[in-house]
Parts: sequence; C-alpha cells; structure tokens
Amino acid sequence: MGTPASLATSDGHIIKTVDLSKTYPEMDVPAVDRLCLEVLPGEIFGLLGPNGAGKTTTAGMLTTRVVPSSGQAIVGSVDVIRHPSLVKQLIGVVSQQNTLDRSLTVRENLYYHGLLFGLGTRKSRQISDELLEKFHLANWGDKSVFALSGGMAQRLMVARAIFHSPAVLFLDEPTAGLDPQSRLALWEILEDLNSKGQTILLTTHYMEEADQLCNRVAIMDHGKILALDSPENLKKSLGASAVLTVRLDGEKKGFADLLEREIDGVTNCREIQGGLEAHVASPEKLLPKVISKAEAGGYSVLDIGLKEATLETVFINLTGKDLRD
Amino acid sequence: MAIAQVPTRTTLASSWTALGALVRRDLLVLKKNFGEFVGRTLMQPLLLVFVFLYVFPKIGQGVGGGSRGATGGESAFATVLVPGVVAISIMFQGIQSVAVQLSQEFGFTREIEDRVGAPCPIWLVAVARVLSGAAQGLISAVIVFPIASVVHARGVQANLSFHWWIVVTLIPLTCVAMTSLGLLLGTSFEPRNIGLMFGFIVLPLVFLGGTYYQWTRLAPVEIGSFHWLQTLVLINPLIYVSEGMRAALTTTTHMHLYIIYPVVAGFGVIFMALGLRNFARRVLS
Repeated sequence: MGTPASLATSDGHIIKTVDLSKTYPEMDVPAVDRLCLEVLPGEIFGLLGPNGAGKTTTAGMLTTRVVPSSGQAIVGSVDVIRHPSLVKQLIGVVSQQNTLDRSLTVRENLYYHGLLFGLGTRKSRQISDELLEKFHLANWGDKSVFALSGGMAQRLMVARAIFHSPAVLFLDEPTAGLDPQSRLALWEILEDLNSKGQTILLTTHYMEEADQLCNRVAIMDHGKILALDSPENLKKSLGASAVLTVRLDGEKKGFADLLEREIDGVTNCREIQGGLEAHVASPEKLLPKVISKAEAGGYSVLDIGLKEATLETVFINLTGKDLRD
Repeated sequence: MAIAQVPTRTTLASSWTALGALVRRDLLVLKKNFGEFVGRTLMQPLLLVFVFLYVFPKIGQGVGGGSRGATGGESAFATVLVPGVVAISIMFQGIQSVAVQLSQEFGFTREIEDRVGAPCPIWLVAVARVLSGAAQGLISAVIVFPIASVVHARGVQANLSFHWWIVVTLIPLTCVAMTSLGLLLGTSFEPRNIGLMFGFIVLPLVFLGGTYYQWTRLAPVEIGSFHWLQTLVLINPLIYVSEGMRAALTTTTHMHLYIIYPVVAGFGVIFMALGLRNFARRVLS
C-alpha cells in the first residue's frame, strides 16, 4: 500500500467499469451483469431503473461496499478492487438511510468528518461553518441531529459527503421518502454543486429526477444497461413523441388492437387501470381520430388525454413494464 | 477547495489520521455522556459490594466461611470480591461500549455505513472502536476500584496491596481483550438478540468467572475425583481476568501469572480476529 496508483486505463473518464459483475451468494442470477460504464468529469450521471435493477449494487461496488464478483472498476484513476482505501479518499457517499452520528451535534457531524479525512482541526472547523451556512443549517449547528427534519438531515448528509471535496459524489436514491419541497431543494443543491464542477452519480427510480437533473442517464434492468444517453436523446430515440391515455368502458383488448391497426404511429398499447395507454409518433389531429374510431367500433370513451413522452415512456418501450413494477 | 481527481495521500497517512479521528470522536461522546458512563459503571459494583460486604455482615449472613473469628472470614471474602468486581467492571465496559453500541450502529441507526467510508481499511474502523472501548475500560477500573474498596461494614476490610508492574501491564491488556470480546459479541448478535446475548453469554461468564470465588478453591466441586467445575470454567476468559486482578491487587493465592498473561493475550487475539472477520462480513457484501 504505497503511493496512489495511477492507472492510465481510465482515459479521461472519472468512472470507468469494464464487465463489472456481482452475483450475491445463494443467488442464481447476477445483480449486476457485465456492466460497462463511463462517466465524464463534471457530469451528473443517473442510474435509472426499478427496484432490483442493480443500481444500488453498482453504486455499492463503486463505493467499495460491495465486492465485485468479476470485472474492473476505476474511480478517478484508482482501481476500486485493488485499492479500496485509496478510492475512499476520492468519493463522497450519501446513502439511502440516515447515517448521521446520533451522538454528535449537527456541526460536530461535519467537523469530525473533516478530521476523519485528515483536514486538520482549523480547516475542519472553518469548512464546517461554511457548509452550515451554505446548506441553511447555521441555526441548527449546535442542535442534536434528532432535531432535524428529513429534508434537513438529507442536506446535512450531502454537506458531509462533499466536505472533503470528493472527485465523485455518489447519491443512492437521494430523494426517496422526501416531501416534494425538500426534493426540489435537494435538486437545486445538486445542480449548484454540479455547476461548480462536482461530478455526481446518482441512482433513482424517479424518472422526473433523472430527466430534470442528469446530463446522461443509464436505464438499467436486471443488472444490465438497456440504454444510455442524455434524457433528450433517449426520448428522441423512442420515435414516439407523446403518450396517449384513453379511459373507456368495456373490453379494452379489442380497442387496443383497433387503435394499433387503424391509426398510424400508435405503438406499445397496453392496459392500465380503467383504460389504455399507447405511445404515439405524432400527436397531431390524433384525438378526434381516436374518438371517431372508438364510436365506429362501439366503444364509449370516458376520458382521453395526451402527454409528452418521458423517460418512463422510454423505460416502458424498452422493457414493456412500468418503472414502479 | 480544488477537487483532486487522484488521491493526495498514501493509505498509511490517511489511515493514521482516520484512526485518530475515530478515537477522538468516541472520546468526545464519552465526555458528553460522562455522568451516564460513571453511573452505569458504578451501579453493579456498588450493589455487589453493598450487599456482600455491608448488608451480609450486618445481618449476620455468613460469607467467606467465617472461621477466623467475627469478621475474619468476611474480610477474606472482601479480599476475593474486590478484584473480582474490578474484573467484571472491565468486562461490562467492553460489552457496553463496543458490543451494545456496535449492534445498534449495525442495526437501526446505520451509523456504521458512514464510518466505514473513512479513508482507511475497514478493519481499522473496528480496531478504533476497540481502542476507545479499552480506554473506557481503563477509566472504569480506575473509578470502580476505590469505590469497591471503601464500601463495607465496620470491621470488614479487604486486604489490598498493589503490585504495580502487574497493574500497569495486566489491566491494559485485559481492557483490550475484553473490548475485543465486545467486538466479537457486537458483530455476532443482531440488536433484537441482545437480550439473548446477556442471558446466554454474559451471565454465565460472570457467574462462572471467578468474580466471587478463587479458582483454586473450586477443587472440592467434583464428581468422583474429577474437579469438573474447576476444569469447565477454564474456557471462561473472565476466570483469568479475575485471577489476574487478584494477583495485581491482593496477596491472596491466585493462578500463576505465567498462565494468566498468555491466556488473556491469547483470548484477546482470538476475539479480535473473529470480531474483525465478522465486522468485515457485516460491512461488505
């Protein structure tokens, strides 16, 4: 264990994995299956997928907590598998659960993190004060962490994770369980950090979060990446620009067949609660067409709507199922 | 602050500062909760010496054989009990400060998640906890000893004499060994099973750990001519600790020191090795 290992293989990427795999003991299928991932410095990179897709395992391997079964991973030019202790100098981690030190005050949680990362007492004190100010926690500095709301605790965890200026900030489902307001506040914080050059890798199953925040998104399912691009390009690649929803009485399967047969550009028609959802290539003059086809076919439409395609649409297109499934 | 894309410090350097910070954090928490620490440290020893060395002589309940006149037997018992009380205090401190704490941090608080993110090998996080636990064990030995030796009925007097070189070597060694036991127990039991740990591990250790009696006096407990109890308790690490405290603090008969030192050290090494293995298994997946 000597000098920081400098591997040339990351070639400009701040995270690079080659065939990274993890199979947990007593599991037949790999949680992560030969994953190849490249993250550029300065990106907000999102791993989007349903529960069990392998996002958290991927983040776990990159943050040294999950031991890969095979493959390679490099973070900031350090081999994660061979030098986990060195990698920990380069990363900041915000986990799903609240892991704040319950025995310490809000300020002490930051201060001792600084000491842990070798910043020295004076510098740690100074950075603690700056971060308390920046994360709007200055009035809470001397309070117990028990006094914090969920959103505040989350902010403190982010402040703690960036304390030592990590090359990559990892966030695992950062807004799961937060109220909408706290979620927006956290997004703002992350965008602000990113604008100052912070590379961020986050896992999420909220498509809005990936859409809103990420420069690039890897859509994962069953341990594999199904698609990887910017949210805009992912949506463009669909060939569908909108999602049609129709609520109707009666037999839905027949109506779905009718739509796909009779109207150009209707794809991925599937049943949802009380009606149907379908991807459409062009929303123009679509609604009158749908209604007239429905009437001609003897179906009574209760409600009809069009909305823009989202990453969820992309996910459904790729897997045939909901993100929430 | 500029963002470094490569590590700026060697693992050795970052581990050293991390170890220091982990121990400092634990000592700060100890300082914050010092009253509580003293309370829980003193409660059990105080009750033990109060009942055995004050109440029993007062009500004429015989302990210690009582063959050498009015209080002679009781004083002899006091001489046996005071080192035993110091021994269980050290053991309880190891269990309290490491086992109970760790099991909570692995369980509902999840604090361990963050601590193992420290820029050092994962095992060092556990070692840091053992070191600060050992420091707490030392402090508890220092505060329990005077209390245990002053609470007694008139005429009952523990016959204490310090063997300094044993005190300054054996007590720290014992503290590390007993906090290593705490590490092993804390990484083996889920928080919901802590009650089981006390019932099935801690209580037998205490009652069969030579706290209230000398190991050499167990010989009469026999089946045929087999000293079964005296043999059985040899698997209990607390026996060696209690006998060691007798060697350090009194002039009564005790096990040979050349058995006590290597066995306490050996138990310490085994507990530490198994504890670190469990710790890594719990943290990594």
